[in-house]
Amino acid sequence: MRHEVYITPNEVKVDGKALNHKENGAALLTELYRAHIGDYPKFFKMDTLCKLGFVASELLLQAEGAPRFEPREDRAVVFFNRNASLQADTAYQATIQDPENFFPSPAAFVYTLPNIVTGEIAIRNKYFGETSFIVLEDFDEKTMMRELQNAFQDPMTKSILGGWLDCTDENHFEAKLSII
Amino acid sequence: MIVKVSDNIISPLGMSTAENYAAVKAGRSELKRHDGLWNLPEFFTASLMDRNKVELAFAELSDNEQYTFFEKMIILSAKKALEQTDIDPTSDKVLFILSTTKGNVFLLDRRETGFPEERVRLGMAAKQMTDFFHNPNIPIVVSNACISGVCAQIQAMRELESGHFDYVVTVGADVQSAFIVSGFQSFKALSVEPCKPFDANRCGLNLGDAAATIIYTRKETIDENDWVACRGAIRNDANHISGPSRTGEGSYRALRAVLGDMNPDKIAFINAHGTATPYNDEMESVAIERAGLSHVPVNGLKGYYGHTMGAAGVLETILSMQAIDDNNILATKGFEAIGVTHLLLLSNQNQPTEKRAFIKLLSGFGGCNAAILMAKGGAA
Repeated sequence: MRHEVYITPNEVKVDGKALNHKENGAALLTELYRAHIGDYPKFFKMDTLCKLGFVASELLLQAEGAPRFEPREDRAVVFFNRNASLQADTAYQATIQDPENFFPSPAAFVYTLPNIVTGEIAIRNKYFGETSFIVLEDFDEKTMMRELQNAFQDPMTKSILGGWLDCTDENHFEAKLSII
Repeated sequence: MIVKVSDNIISPLGMSTAENYAAVKAGRSELKRHDGLWNLPEFFTASLMDRNKVELAFAELSDNEQYTFFEKMIILSAKKALEQTDIDPTSDKVLFILSTTKGNVFLLDRRETGFPEERVRLGMAAKQMTDFFHNPNIPIVVSNACISGVCAQIQAMRELESGHFDYVVTVGADVQSAFIVSGFQSFKALSVEPCKPFDANRCGLNLGDAAATIIYTRKETIDENDWVACRGAIRNDANHISGPSRTGEGSYRALRAVLGDMNPDKIAFINAHGTATPYNDEMESVAIERAGLSHVPVNGLKGYYGHTMGAAGVLETILSMQAIDDNNILATKGFEAIGVTHLLLLSNQNQPTEKRAFIKLLSGFGGCNAAILMAKGGAA
């Protein structure tokens, strides 16, 4: 079967079934991390897009139930969104906005690229395959399917962990990921 | 097969591919020290556009003042590539792909006014370009850090292979701002002097403005002067989000994938990423050695342009095609003495070649790496 995870600030579904939770917004991602993952403290350093992608991909891979953490090159990670790394961009801009209080933060700057989350997932899972991030102004199922199908033109790629992964700030996000 | 139709480069070295190639061949660079620009407290060395020149060139296309500097760059570059062809950009068989990392990010600065905040979204910036050309398709924005320009070309190849489109206008661009410069400064990644790719005394990168475009199409019968995009691959290091792998894992795997069973002796050169940071260049030497390509000449073009981010993959592919058209391997400006563990065939002089294929290699934050094999007349 095709596994799917859906996360918004107040709803979590794995393969169509609602997952219980108490928290909403930013706290929801931390709650999901503690309840279902818990062994990856790097989570707490991540920006919201990475936290969202990390938690969503973990729930998805748990649902898949296949052996994990074996190095592999045949699985790609391909995400789409509308706002690229806007939450991290805004956080970094705040460190340089005021000339009297100008302290650009390398820890904030590193997350100002949307594809960092694809790297976080590759590191966690030892995926050496393709990682890609595509920005679309609108959520467009047809275009995303076309791009995912296109990615299989790489003869190495046998499966893709991919889908929509968007956030505008710490409390507003949407993940709709599946393995195809 | 997927072939190049036309191209363009807009950079501080010129407004056309021909001007840029002539400048690079002559060893020119616009890497200069900038003091106090954008109120940044520290000076920096970068290759920046003369913005008036862009304004003037754009005024010939349109009197519309609603475009940002970044949008003017991408529209101008796409326009100059399109006007060499008879392609109708209003056709739904034409797709636009934009490669960029930061687009209009300067709009996040509260002191910047005059443009709607939504234009900070990369898709909105790309839409300014497709609307300008009255193209009906949703533009695809590839934002894979510094490898975006090669990823966008791989994406273009796939869109054409699958028959969805007949032409893909692949535009790579980034323009510098306080946001980007201060970020790289905070990372201690910038060199205060013009950068020295692969050199023993290299100490970091420089940044640069550029926009570059390649238009690709699909063709059944190849003639000897056609530039064919043979194979592309994207691979991850699965190692670190901001530092390259010590084993060059992703670059090695990408190189291996694009080489396939091709005889490496047919390759004129590998155009490396060569940012001139200590780690990047070392990693590339490991990857090239592991891929069995140590006997293939290597060059890097950051000494002419700095790191142009989303433009780099497109710009450096175009210059490499130009070089082979001219039977030339471009010099690695800034390189003096080898400073990487694995010996590479580098030169700071232009070198003759009769070979007709090259590999463009890139790597970036997020542990991503990409390579594309290009061959004239489909020689690979």
